[in-house]
Amino acid sequence: MGAAFLTLLKRDLTLAMRRRSDWLNPLVFFVIVVSLFPLGIGPDGSLLSEIAPGVIWVAALLATLLALDGLFRDDFDDGSIEQLLLSPQPLPVLVLAKILTHWLISGLPLVLLSPLLALLLQLKLQALPTLLGSLVLGTLSLSLIGAIGAALTVGLRRGGVLLPLLVLPLFIPVLIFGSSSVAAAATGFPVSAQLSLLGGLFFLALALAPWAAAAALRISAES
Amino acid sequence: MTDVLLQAQNLSVSRGELTVFERKSFTINTGMLFQLQGDNGSGKTTLLRAICTLIPLDEGELRWRGELLPAAREQYFAEMCFAGHADGLKGDLTAVENLTSTLTEHTPTVIECIAALEKTGFTGRDDLPCRVLSAGQRRRVVLARVLLSQATLWVLDEPLTALDASGRELVGKLIEEQVGSGGSVVYSTHQPLDVSGFPLQTLALSD
Repeated sequence: MGAAFLTLLKRDLTLAMRRRSDWLNPLVFFVIVVSLFPLGIGPDGSLLSEIAPGVIWVAALLATLLALDGLFRDDFDDGSIEQLLLSPQPLPVLVLAKILTHWLISGLPLVLLSPLLALLLQLKLQALPTLLGSLVLGTLSLSLIGAIGAALTVGLRRGGVLLPLLVLPLFIPVLIFGSSSVAAAATGFPVSAQLSLLGGLFFLALALAPWAAAAALRISAES
Repeated sequence: MTDVLLQAQNLSVSRGELTVFERKSFTINTGMLFQLQGDNGSGKTTLLRAICTLIPLDEGELRWRGELLPAAREQYFAEMCFAGHADGLKGDLTAVENLTSTLTEHTPTVIECIAALEKTGFTGRDDLPCRVLSAGQRRRVVLARVLLSQATLWVLDEPLTALDASGRELVGKLIEEQVGSGGSVVYSTHQPLDVSGFPLQTLALSD
């Protein structure tokens, strides 16, 4: 079981390294969206630093969404989804490997780049640790929750349009607690409550999403 | 000594209003060759996908070694291998990389993969990604995957597609070996497949 998890993880990471657009596109999108705000609003330092948590979080959420449609799409198109479904290994474990790959190539680069963008928006330095922590927990949750939507829509020809409508409402709690934790940290308030809730959301998603996505994949493959 | 592998009773599958096939019953034993016959659109692929539990049944039941499917999925999948219309190969990986990333019980080593590729007459270059290979060469990689699975039951949908004369001969030979060593093969084909010395069961599907 662990071996199959690692085999799939290694295969998908190799594929991502050979097709750089898969992980570069969301990252470039994230950077461009965030850097549009100072251009659009003007170089008003206090206003920018006030909206910075929300801007970074919304941009990270949209960038995650951008990469989400490809999570199962390639496997579905080339038929390797059948091999995945017919594997003797438990499907939720394999789905979890795919979700982890998705996070490693789309979520982790966002987290690593976010301090730079926080400086661009003049976010207070004291909020940086909270920004990183909340983004790690938050983007992991977004990848897990989004995988359910991606699995449900992968069988549809225009699934890419339906996917945001399905998953964005489910992303809202993560967005609320994520951006409010950063905002609280910037004003010097304690953030343990928001981070605990984010952690709770992550564990809830980890416990449920792989099973739900696996069941959704089986339904999508019936066509 | 023959064992009963897969029992199908009164299988019916429909798509919306349209009935694809109705009340098909058959039994697949070890050492058995089972061919699906029928015109285009008669439901061969649907039946093959149904016995892989990829498509839900409207009626009827499937049993693997006496256990009801899909509950006994994991034992079933450990002993069966399916090669469908889509080859399931990753275009950006080489043939060997594709084979070493199969999710079977036992992950094949590189040496086993190269041996299997040689056996299927794969002559493409090892360092090229699969997307630049010809359809016939890709088919041979799929055959190598089937061989490496060491499965008891092979389910092959049109295994002869895109293969040249030597390839068709090879498929016949591989199927003979599989059936001769106590395995079973279920396949659909339009072209005559040259397999001799084994009882051939056929199931005809019609519109």
